[in-house]
Amino acid sequence: MHKSLLAAALAFLLAAPAAPATAAGAAKPPEQAWSFDGVFGTFDRASLRRGLIVYRQVCSSCHSLSLVAYRHLAGVNFSADEIKAIAATVEVTDGPNDQGEMFQRPGRPADKFKAPFANENAARAANNGAHPPDLSLMIKARKGGANYVHALLAGYKDPPAGFQLTDGMSYNTHFPGQQIAMGAPLNEGSVDYPDGTKASVEQMARDVTTFLAWTAEPEMEARKRLGLKVLLFLLVLTGMLYALKRMIWSDLH
Amino acid sequence: MTTPVWTNPVVRWIDTRLPIFTMMQHSAIDYPTPRNLNYWWSYGSLAGVVLIIMIATGIVLAMYYTPHTTMAFDSVERIMRDVNYGWLIRYVHMNGGSAFFIVVYIHLFRGLYYGSYKAPRELLWMIGVIILITMMATAFMGYVLPWGQMSFWGATVITNLFSAIPLVGDSIVAWLWGGFSVDNPTLNRFFSLHYLLPFVIFALVFVHLWALHTVKSNNPLGVDIKHPGDTVPFHPYYTIKDLFGVGVFMIVFMGFVFFAPNFFGEPDNYIPANPMVTPPHIVPEWYLLPFYAILRAITFNIWFIPAKLIGVVAMFASLFILLLLPWLDRSKVRSARYRPIHRQFFWILVIDCFILGYVGANPPEGHFIPLGQAATAYYFLHFLVVIPLISLFERPRAVPESISAAVLKGS
Repeated sequence: MHKSLLAAALAFLLAAPAAPATAAGAAKPPEQAWSFDGVFGTFDRASLRRGLIVYRQVCSSCHSLSLVAYRHLAGVNFSADEIKAIAATVEVTDGPNDQGEMFQRPGRPADKFKAPFANENAARAANNGAHPPDLSLMIKARKGGANYVHALLAGYKDPPAGFQLTDGMSYNTHFPGQQIAMGAPLNEGSVDYPDGTKASVEQMARDVTTFLAWTAEPEMEARKRLGLKVLLFLLVLTGMLYALKRMIWSDLH
Repeated sequence: MTTPVWTNPVVRWIDTRLPIFTMMQHSAIDYPTPRNLNYWWSYGSLAGVVLIIMIATGIVLAMYYTPHTTMAFDSVERIMRDVNYGWLIRYVHMNGGSAFFIVVYIHLFRGLYYGSYKAPRELLWMIGVIILITMMATAFMGYVLPWGQMSFWGATVITNLFSAIPLVGDSIVAWLWGGFSVDNPTLNRFFSLHYLLPFVIFALVFVHLWALHTVKSNNPLGVDIKHPGDTVPFHPYYTIKDLFGVGVFMIVFMGFVFFAPNFFGEPDNYIPANPMVTPPHIVPEWYLLPFYAILRAITFNIWFIPAKLIGVVAMFASLFILLLLPWLDRSKVRSARYRPIHRQFFWILVIDCFILGYVGANPPEGHFIPLGQAATAYYFLHFLVVIPLISLFERPRAVPESISAAVLKGS
């Protein structure tokens, strides 16, 4: 282990041009207009609700959301009853009880979103050796953020002629190396939206990206609201400090 | 300077036993400061403000952070999600690191431009360089604490540098790690040291100020303070000027904290550390990139000395060379205002540092290798050859007779 780490660091330090070719450059994700962009940005509530449906019905069969608790949904206008209902749809293991045994109970708002697999090995065993990453921070953990995740979800295509696709992999224009272990997750009508929105691939990609932008930065709306007040205060204060500076220095000039 | 007379009996009682009020009066109020300091001189006190912000937010973060490999990442996310205003404290601390380096680098280049390292300020300058190096060590260890991918792999790459030391290198690395790879013992000691070093910096800043107040501030003209008309008392003139600077700084700083908090960060550090998966491209935080470029510029062995060892030596030398600067620059004139050739090479050094940063941010391949080597060569050439030669052959312009003479003529 020691030697291999050393070798890795050395190889990295001295990496000659022969360094392992980095994955062929993936297409740059196109810029999208997001509700949460900009100084006044907020999460589009309707899109976020639809995104939660996409996550629960599609993504959650492989991807965990381990940093998010059901109760956090209160931060984006889900009512206490809605949250209880969503949490109660899963069975979680709790315990040990007073007999020393673990037991199953319905989920509660204080529980984190239930992970689809007990551990990483179980996830790999069920996914052809690949480990579906946790999605809580996905938007912050990838270059390009929301634009990238959106482009990736809508970026499944047939491989071009001559492209060597490894068995069990899918072709995706936006994934580094263009080969991704995740099969196209979204298909026309994968979910039914109760609000009547047509569940196109583009629409679902957009909605679930909005939902994941919230899971990555649940504080964003509060942050921007407070930021505006802080900046306004600082502008006034600094203006006054400048006036005071001019006044105090006036007898020297 | 006269000794103040304290009218308040409590203050007087204390001051006759421990003259803390007299010291404050001398150092923060009466302290005679050149009347012609421009806004580049605000960055010193600004760095002090940022240090206080970092210590204050850091102490709060440490109350919620868990230094364990299996819990560190989630404990930081708990701060971000569940601790009241935890996201604010953490983003201030995270961006404060970058702000600290921006402020200190400007402070350092101001010293380079105006010759603030020259006699009698050599020790003042050297203490400043030691503060910078201590800051780098502190920042590096702080970056490891969230235990993301870049935390882990940055720590692995940097600690492995010490393995380049002949004979004892591997033993030193194992000693630093507390094991045979970057792991829980490493995280624990980095947390401990990351909490300790800011207080070391605080003490060094105190010594830095002590030296400053002994030799007094340099000024844009680079001429000595000759008579009382050259100076003004620090308060209220510079307290208000610096406070205005703090206001402008806070607007920019808070702009990043609230509206682009991850601007200076790497997305990879939001992926939990995984010793089995190496990120395609390991980079340190932006403020270490120029030094990282120097480290990687040496791709060739010299005789029997391996390239890695030379790279490590070059990286540390690029910092320690600053300690010698007061003796490398022989010119009697301090300010670059009166040194037409030195001034041009100052800007070439600035550009060179940006090139080094750019190279450090990119993978070591293709044209980045020769570019990094050229920029590294220039960096050392600048300090070891260009500066001594200029200081010998340059003909400086006439320096004003005194601060007040120049200021009053100008107005």
